[in-house]
Amino acid sequence: MTDHTVDDKLGRLTLLTKLWPWLFLLALIVFFEAWAQIEVGRTFLFSSYNIQAILLAASAPLLLALGQTFVIITSGIDLSVGFVMGLAAVVVAQITLISGNTEIALFIGIVVTLLVCAISGWISGTLVARLGVPAFIGTLGMYGVARGAGFLSAGSGMTISIDNPLLEWLGTGWMPIIVTGLLLLVLHFVLSQTKFGQYTYAIGGNLQSAARAGIDVKRHLIKIYILSAAFAGIGGIVYTARYAAGAANAGESMLLDSIAAVVIGGASLFGGTGNVVGTLIGALIIAVIQFGLIFIDIDAFWQFIAVGVVIILSVLIDQYKDRLLRGA
Amino acid sequence: MTTPVLEARPILEARNVSIRFGGVEALKKVSLRVAPGEVLALAGDNGAGKSTLIKVISGVYHPHEGELFFEGQPLEMREPQDARTKGIETIYQDLALADNLDVGSNIFLGREPMHRRFGVNVIDRAHMRKVARQVLDRLDIVIPDKKLTGPVRTLSGGQRQAIAIGRAIYWDARVLIMDEPTAALGVPEQRKVMELIQGLKAEGVAVILISHNLHDIFGVADRIMVLRRGELAGERLVKETDGDEVVRLMVGDEYAATKSAAHV
Repeated sequence: MTDHTVDDKLGRLTLLTKLWPWLFLLALIVFFEAWAQIEVGRTFLFSSYNIQAILLAASAPLLLALGQTFVIITSGIDLSVGFVMGLAAVVVAQITLISGNTEIALFIGIVVTLLVCAISGWISGTLVARLGVPAFIGTLGMYGVARGAGFLSAGSGMTISIDNPLLEWLGTGWMPIIVTGLLLLVLHFVLSQTKFGQYTYAIGGNLQSAARAGIDVKRHLIKIYILSAAFAGIGGIVYTARYAAGAANAGESMLLDSIAAVVIGGASLFGGTGNVVGTLIGALIIAVIQFGLIFIDIDAFWQFIAVGVVIILSVLIDQYKDRLLRGA
Repeated sequence: MTTPVLEARPILEARNVSIRFGGVEALKKVSLRVAPGEVLALAGDNGAGKSTLIKVISGVYHPHEGELFFEGQPLEMREPQDARTKGIETIYQDLALADNLDVGSNIFLGREPMHRRFGVNVIDRAHMRKVARQVLDRLDIVIPDKKLTGPVRTLSGGQRQAIAIGRAIYWDARVLIMDEPTAALGVPEQRKVMELIQGLKAEGVAVILISHNLHDIFGVADRIMVLRRGELAGERLVKETDGDEVVRLMVGDEYAATKSAAHV
């Protein structure tokens, strides 16, 4: 029965490597709460303002990270999401203004924006899936294209201001968080319960096996890059709603945050693993670090170091987890 | 050259199949028949055309000449899926498993069972788990529950081979093509796979076995087809031949002649 106890110990260790993002997030919150109570005499967590601020800070990179999760599970990467988000932020403002800035105009603006993003994703996906371009290079190309197109669409001012009541409503208070939360639930369902999700994992696990099992791998990959670009587009629309202005560089800083969130959440860049809930935790960890360090008045540049360390840590834990499994 | 007579009616037949890649003729008028409950071994040196031939009968390649028949009816295949719907299943050397998925997901890969939950169709994972257990039991393969729902990369080579075989038989394979099924396995696991093949044979499955291993071939096969440079070098009933003759067919008479001359 020694076999069983070894198995149990291994099971607990594996569980620990799976749960660590949750535990780490909890530890971060406890740390900031303690610091805030002791040093400043204020609460960190038990304030709806703080919670809202953290969730708002998490929601934009999270929208990019949700699509990115699917891409990374297939062992790809989408470097274009940041500037596709910026392009979307500008396009939704421009098209809504051109169409008369009414409610229907906003609807047209959103549809056109998502279409533009879908085309961008279709190009990325076609490059990767049908033309055999490595994802890193193909999406780097689209990074450049979206970046240029975003700034060109914005004109000389780089940002397009827009005053639209419906759009403002979408961007105020808890709305961006609610929108992100609903989309998160949808993608969690798709990834964990549907054939689309199952095939995403299968492709990441072994592309050739998936193809031999009769899965149309190329089409599936193209759909995934379209999904990723569409979520970047939604991120851009939410950005414009929040700030009443679209900026071509809206998502520039969020590309790496989106990849970091996915990786911290337990996905491997080699593909085959990862999930939506993990990505949510990853995005929350980053947002809590960023907001928390500002809250306790530590130089903002420390947040880059902190997030960087967490990324390295999560990859090391992921490798350790794999060794545990192999050794089993 | 004597060709053994096949008593039973063949389930799968290829007649005078030729295929070219660029200027190279990979198969030259090769014919093949296999009957239910029969194990046919395909032998030959590297580049002899074994893999090409099985890719033709599993619908991956389309022959430039020749015809395929399934149960006496002409068989037209546009893609591997067409072969699978007929019950022609192929187990590749690398097994074609998704290493990150569990046993059930691999058995059902591409053909997932669905059920309705809250008004939407979702994958029926409970059913997949149940079938995984049934399939493994049928093959007499022991995998603990914990590993059954973990990624298959944590399983041994023999267990993974069993999953690949289990997937094929679960989908009612009537012709099972196996490419070097024992190449990557240890000796006890090789023996297990040979037992599995015997079991399939007893159930009336036609098995086409590619192997370099004469020991395996003589242990399990009824008939041997030897290919050399894309052509049929010879076909023998296992009980009427021996290893020397098969090797001679594989390497060619001239080479064998020079070799035995050198030994004299």
